[in-house]
Amino acid sequence: MEQQHILSSLKGSSLWSIAEKVWSSERLSYDDIVELFRYPDLNMVGYLANTVRERMHQTNTYYIRNQHINYTNICNKHCQFCFFAKNPKDGGPSPYLMSMEDVENAIKTHMDVPISEVHIVGGINPKLPFDYYLELLRTVKRLRPGVHIKAFTAVEIVEIARVAGMSIKDTLVALKDAGLDSVPGGGAEVLSDRVHDLAHPRKIGPNEWENVAREIANAGLPQYSTMLYGHIETMEERAEHLVRLRKLQDETGHFLAFTPLSFHPEGTYWDHLPAPTGDDDLRIIAVSRLALDNIPHIKSFWIMNTAAVSQISLWYGADDIDGTVHEYEITYPEGHIGQKRQILTRTQLISMIREAGRTPVERNSFYQIVNEEP
Amino acid sequence: MDHEFSKIAEKVRNGERLTWDDGRILFHHHNLPELASLADIVRKRWNPENRVTYVVGRNINYTNVCWVRCKFCAFYRVPGSDEGYVLPKEVILEKIRQMVENGGIEILMQGGLNPKLKIEWYEDLFRAVKTQFGDWGVILHALSPAEIIYIAKISKLSLEECLLRLQNAGLDSIPGGGAEILTDRVRQRIAPYKDTANEWLECMRVAHKIGLRTTVTMMYGSVDTWEDRLEHLMRTRQLQDETGGFTAFIPWSFQPDGTELKGSRASGFDYLRTVAVSRMILDNIPHIQASWVTQGPRIAQIALSYGVDDFGSTMMEENVVSSAGCSFTMPIDELEYTIRAAGYQPMRRTTQYVLLPLGVPENSPYLTMHPLKSH
Repeated sequence: MEQQHILSSLKGSSLWSIAEKVWSSERLSYDDIVELFRYPDLNMVGYLANTVRERMHQTNTYYIRNQHINYTNICNKHCQFCFFAKNPKDGGPSPYLMSMEDVENAIKTHMDVPISEVHIVGGINPKLPFDYYLELLRTVKRLRPGVHIKAFTAVEIVEIARVAGMSIKDTLVALKDAGLDSVPGGGAEVLSDRVHDLAHPRKIGPNEWENVAREIANAGLPQYSTMLYGHIETMEERAEHLVRLRKLQDETGHFLAFTPLSFHPEGTYWDHLPAPTGDDDLRIIAVSRLALDNIPHIKSFWIMNTAAVSQISLWYGADDIDGTVHEYEITYPEGHIGQKRQILTRTQLISMIREAGRTPVERNSFYQIVNEEP
Repeated sequence: MDHEFSKIAEKVRNGERLTWDDGRILFHHHNLPELASLADIVRKRWNPENRVTYVVGRNINYTNVCWVRCKFCAFYRVPGSDEGYVLPKEVILEKIRQMVENGGIEILMQGGLNPKLKIEWYEDLFRAVKTQFGDWGVILHALSPAEIIYIAKISKLSLEECLLRLQNAGLDSIPGGGAEILTDRVRQRIAPYKDTANEWLECMRVAHKIGLRTTVTMMYGSVDTWEDRLEHLMRTRQLQDETGGFTAFIPWSFQPDGTELKGSRASGFDYLRTVAVSRMILDNIPHIQASWVTQGPRIAQIALSYGVDDFGSTMMEENVVSSAGCSFTMPIDELEYTIRAAGYQPMRRTTQYVLLPLGVPENSPYLTMHPLKSH
């Protein structure tokens, strides 16, 4: 059996028994997932994850042409891990709120690019009326009628329902009518009460996040899923997060992809913590591919992982490298090497994917193929 | 795993030497974990302990004046330029004093081919370094072959005479810089006025003969093909069979910003594959160094399972690739944290790979703050 070759020296090890489950498509237990996080040889874990990735997607590597709109950085949640949010009272650097004119301009700037998705998220700014959110969606749809709008994390949806004075369910119906097509996975952070209380106590907790996700599924909207890793969470909490997502997906089936998000300490309340390492980045990708047997896609978000790590992750379980990402504001406080401009051209993305021996496939938000490759 | 790769895997497991054809196949293989697992076998053969070494040292670029005008370089200034400099002896000694105070031992000193600096300048400097800092164990790891060949030429000495005089003045070891790619096809295109591949190798041969140990680098990702890289590895392996004088191999990627050559940066994928293939082909070189300066700490750490067993020097300052748009830096505690987070024990060493006790304070945030690292 081909995949036994490189792992065959591990017969009798803890990884071998996990590998046997993987090859017979048996679900991994919580303990298996913790073991994968702890197993010393990252490459063996990656190799195993890659066999699953190839079973599900062969050599295909998906990307999308997308644009981000971060409509405000004013936020009252004070999450410890965030550099982006500014409270007006902090007197911090340049709080902003995009007007509808700003939104129009942002969309118009990229009208020459066949963007298929606009990704909209922002801070929790309690001054914004319900109409602002509706108008935001309508403005984008008016200018680009065919575009898919992926907008508002579960945390924002709770806030929007609050200002609307409506139930989550009715709020989602209204947002959908205004143009909402799917919901991004942010705001889950780590689905653990301990982490929630220490990292983002003012935001909804894990149970409520899951309830909102259920409402999103009931409203017929697809959703994405994430985990913000590499700060104070333990291996057990990482495993717990994956198990909870998997359970929820069994129930709803509405998650399209899972994206691990690498914590960047610079400029946050937690800037004394070391950043996650390359080992962390690849391991999360690999373990989530193995654990999340019911979520179709694992995305390596190159803006957070760096383009180099994302390219490598295509051999550690990732089948999606996100997109060309015009105008993303959240992760970097200043220019880093290779990320001075938060954009990779389509040509660069394609050549990165091809160089790694993978097949680039341009997708839409539902992972349908948009174009045959040039 | 395909048939051809399986055959190579078998050879690597049995400790057999790989051929040109094996190298060709490996340079076209895409499955990274497979490459890593084979390279790791060779690494463990040389370094069975689960450790990663590094040296505490300082990089000093004594001059940027250079007439060679390599097209991949953004550091040099031609003779006569207003921006050219030669560091005065006092400044160099002060930099070394700072390094010694920080617990450092290795001075990595390289510069340009400066027509004003004949052998006496270096002898005088090296003697002063050894007089002042010899008792502190300071090691002079200095002057790449291009500089040595040029110093010999303008001082009207043979290579051996030149190297012996530098050695007598205090030179301990030679960095393997300026190897670029050891094929004249590539050298003609990126550095037409520099020493040829044979001249570079000859300089190392003589250095090894008089008892100096050296490293060897490879700057890939400019105009080179896989054939050029493989030829570089083969020629290095051949000289090592002859002399045994190379301690470590250091591949790093061309940094294009501000250079005449321009172009794009080689990818992380390319780096890992190149490192892994190098580890397998260079079966006779004890160590492979990560180039965290060009690749960043994340990729350098990942490379630890692709055959890399050493993190090189802590540098303290870097002037050459940072002038070409590359500015990764890493304090010692972060460097050790990065090594530990991948499951290895960091160990300090000398330039000659003699192990030293660890020196990072136990209360460093990098060693104590992070609750995740338990494997």
